[in-house]
Amino acid sequence: MVTTQRKAVALISGGLDSLLAAKAVMEQGVHVEGINFYTGFCVEGHTHAIRKKDKAKPKRNNALWVAEQLGIKLHIVDVIEEYKDIVINPSHGYGQHMNPCLDCKGFMVKKAHQWIEENDFDFIITGEVIGQRPMSQRKDTMPVIARESGAGDLLVRPLCAQHLPPTLPEQEGWLDREQLFDFSGRTRKPQMALAEQYGFEDYAQPAGGCCFLTDAHYSKKIADLWASRGERRYELDDIMLLKVGRHIRPKKHFKLIIGREEGENNFLSGYHKMFATIKTTSHAGPLTLIDGDVNDEDIELAARISARYSQGRTAEKVEVEFTNKQGVSKLIEVVPMPVSQLDEAWQV
Amino acid sequence: MSHYTLDAKRLMCPMPVIRTQDKVAELNVGDTLEVICTDPGALNDIPAWCRINGHEVISSSEDKGDVVITVKVGDA
Repeated sequence: MVTTQRKAVALISGGLDSLLAAKAVMEQGVHVEGINFYTGFCVEGHTHAIRKKDKAKPKRNNALWVAEQLGIKLHIVDVIEEYKDIVINPSHGYGQHMNPCLDCKGFMVKKAHQWIEENDFDFIITGEVIGQRPMSQRKDTMPVIARESGAGDLLVRPLCAQHLPPTLPEQEGWLDREQLFDFSGRTRKPQMALAEQYGFEDYAQPAGGCCFLTDAHYSKKIADLWASRGERRYELDDIMLLKVGRHIRPKKHFKLIIGREEGENNFLSGYHKMFATIKTTSHAGPLTLIDGDVNDEDIELAARISARYSQGRTAEKVEVEFTNKQGVSKLIEVVPMPVSQLDEAWQV
Repeated sequence: MSHYTLDAKRLMCPMPVIRTQDKVAELNVGDTLEVICTDPGALNDIPAWCRINGHEVISSSEDKGDVVITVKVGDA
């Protein structure tokens, strides 16, 4: 009798759980390929490319690393545009910060479900563990993801499958439920033991998950961005810039993004056509972007703050070059702002 | 067999990988694609993507901030 080899797509974040979940299914003879969704908020990648000190040791992309360890293909899908609606209007709300975890997981499983239909695969694998995450990985929310994504019983969570109703692959005998697992809760010990059993070392264990939206500081910056614009929207450049530099809002209508080192200054200089800039010329100092429309008084305030972060911070006067978005420059001399006048409330 | 170029400058990883992946999907086996990026992370990520997806990196270099990686499309 000829049996058909079943095919599954595994959501690969780059962390340990999705690595183990995919491996557990591969061990049962299923053909597995990986899928990774790039939302723009993924901790993987890009920020390491900005700061000069991090360039000497480029960070690996853990999703690619996981796929290579497993010996599977990885499909990386740009979902930046579609994902905006998840961040801006999450039907299940946010977690502790701006993290729409439940909507996010439902969205990704839905995209994976579309992918298996288009590519003639049989089911979907995730590394979810019941009780591990306070919002999306709970006994009452995991069925919501299966239902709202449309994946239904084609969604297999191998690491905690024994706590959940049998899925279609289990009912059909494509997977042996007994060889799946009963992990639960926040402990990582079972995963670490299974990793050792499979011979995986050097795997990533990001403390805050794989998404900037779970970060308190980052979330505060998004909230500030939306409040200043009077509407909840963003572009990819906005969310990239929130990861770079000091963000200072001395007045409601403009914000400064001040490079903290050479790599950030170089990165910010790529935005000179989108923002007015300030660069200290009499002393070494940061490049500053001005986000918002400013008058002469605002420019002086911005220049004084920017000068405070230059080598001339204790000088009587610092010369800066202000350049508007059209590329027209002028030199101005300012007194660097003393630390005592830098209002803490300005820090975003 | 044809040669193509892809401008992925100013994109941060994994965007250069995604653009490479999407372009390679349109090409034929044996075609070559020269990807020009500014994110040095691409020096790791594009070869890793090629290894797992059955393509070959035939050259890679870095000069004055530009990273140039040439990929030969495999039959995977």
